[in-house]
Amino acid sequence: MADLKIRNLKKGFDGTAIIKGIDLDVRDREFVVFVGPSGCGKSTLLRLIAGLEEVTSGTIELDGKDITDMAPAKRDLAMVFQTYALYPHMTVGKNLSFALDLAGVAKSEIKEKVENAARILELAPLLERKPKQLSGGQRQRVAIGRAIVRNPKIFLFDEPLSNLDAALRVQTRLELARLHQDLQATMIYVTHDQVEAMTLADKVVVLNGGRVEQVGSPLELYHHPANLFVAGFLGTPKMGFLRGVVSRCDATGCEVQLESGARVPLAQTAGHLAIGSPVTLGVRPEHLNVVAAGQGRMQVIADVSERLGSDTFCHVRSHSGEMLTVRVRGDFSPGYGEALELAFEPAHCHLFDADGQAIGKALQQAA
Amino acid sequence: MLTLKQTRRLHSVLLGTLAWAIAALIFFPILWMFLTSLKTEIDAIAMPPQFFFSPTLENYLLINERSDYFSFAWNSVLISFAATILCMLIAVPAAYSMAFFETRHTKRTLLWMLSTKMLPPVGVLMPIYLLAKSAGLLDSRISLIVIYTLINLPIVVWMIYTYFKDIPVDILEAARLDGASTWQEIVRVLLPIARGGLASTMLLSLILCWNEAFWSLNLTSSAAAPLTALVASYSSPEGLFWAKLSAVSTLACAPILIFGWISQKQLVRGLSFGAVK
Repeated sequence: MADLKIRNLKKGFDGTAIIKGIDLDVRDREFVVFVGPSGCGKSTLLRLIAGLEEVTSGTIELDGKDITDMAPAKRDLAMVFQTYALYPHMTVGKNLSFALDLAGVAKSEIKEKVENAARILELAPLLERKPKQLSGGQRQRVAIGRAIVRNPKIFLFDEPLSNLDAALRVQTRLELARLHQDLQATMIYVTHDQVEAMTLADKVVVLNGGRVEQVGSPLELYHHPANLFVAGFLGTPKMGFLRGVVSRCDATGCEVQLESGARVPLAQTAGHLAIGSPVTLGVRPEHLNVVAAGQGRMQVIADVSERLGSDTFCHVRSHSGEMLTVRVRGDFSPGYGEALELAFEPAHCHLFDADGQAIGKALQQAA
Repeated sequence: MLTLKQTRRLHSVLLGTLAWAIAALIFFPILWMFLTSLKTEIDAIAMPPQFFFSPTLENYLLINERSDYFSFAWNSVLISFAATILCMLIAVPAAYSMAFFETRHTKRTLLWMLSTKMLPPVGVLMPIYLLAKSAGLLDSRISLIVIYTLINLPIVVWMIYTYFKDIPVDILEAARLDGASTWQEIVRVLLPIARGGLASTMLLSLILCWNEAFWSLNLTSSAAAPLTALVASYSSPEGLFWAKLSAVSTLACAPILIFGWISQKQLVRGLSFGAVK
């Protein structure tokens, strides 16, 4: 069992608030990912959970027990650091057994646990080596192994893949997902990479400026972002945003008039918004199509294109100056400055009010 | 016209020659001291200075007859090692807290500590002499051990602080999460990682203690006098007998020189410590 409850957690350094009141629940066996831009407080939040930073106010409970002021060693949590933080003077085997050794576990049991972790992570041939004799990927596995042998209540990962090259990162990401399945462990994972968040998480916590922007499953957040920040942060390439005003509101739905003049009828209410209120319409790249002249909703000018083989991402500029990205077939490649016409289904659009909050369609921000 | 390869070779030869020349310049006084110690008093003051002479060990024999070299050497060893160990015992916890639990005042505290090294020792000679006298610690090893510990502490704390700063704090945090107490964290993780740096710091402290003359001359006379006092005793009352003075200086330098030579590997490793990460 490992149920973590965080209530109104705050942390400041020298009077600057870093974590500004966070409420969060992590359930047993859940894979929770904290994601957000640099400086959003995600690593600080993880360190507060680990006990490596002192809490300014608020509480952290683990299985009903208040651990807010408990020493890190007593929390029964294991952490994998971004820099791996292996003990350079110890062999791989000693790195793995250090925690058990400190806890006074019997030699035979230590041996068994180390061998088990080494088997899971394919570290058996490396047990006698020192960390400096290992590659980045191997060091990463030792760091994970060090956490596994302890069988902690919660595994904490602080951007564990950011020091690996691109190919190894993808591979290790898969291994981590598999490990979570095999161990049936509770894991909290910090990353700034939204691909890692989307692929690994049962639950994604999007953080920004020391606050939780939204909590939910990856697809929930992708399809129903609670605000402009989440909408823009999740998804590669990111969602395009078009400025406009509410031009009609009735029982059948509302209509948004974009700055470029196009009118987009939406089958949703405008919520609290009156006619004339400024809004932002969001459309994901995969929901935009390049169509023949006269058949689309808006005209744009092609900027640069990124060809990935299977797809091409065309960056385009609307007449009112907004930049959008369109995902098209891999063999389609418009020239720089070429005029294009775009179509999109109103059902795929996201509507945000002037404060950036989603209207109607999106779910309420979960606690 | 030289090829690139030839130019590089020329550069390395020139640099090598320059390095040897500087090394020879630095080493020359030691060599001259050693050569003079093997001369007779007449050869020692001969003008122009003599490079070729018939060597003799009479100076060394005379010194052994006249004074108890080993008693002075034992005092030097005892005082240097005791002061160094005491200094390390104080400096390691101090540097640990400064390096890993830094506050707004840490940098200022370090600078203040270092600034105490700028005080001319003679400025505090009277108070310290009187303190030692009233504590009954004149001509006592304890007074030198305490004074050497205190005068080397700023440098030793600075050096260890710098080595500790090079160690990623993540490693200590990992140990904390692994269940290590502060004691275990320092003894089982921090000190083994920093051992190269600690060894070179200890060596420096030993050398500084060994070579210190001001306090040893002023606070000791015979029982606690180290080798520096022995050297000094040959310079004044007898007039300047260069050969004997050189012989006693050679005897005073030799142990620490040999010790430094043996520890050279440790010292180099300490100085190039960043590679541990």
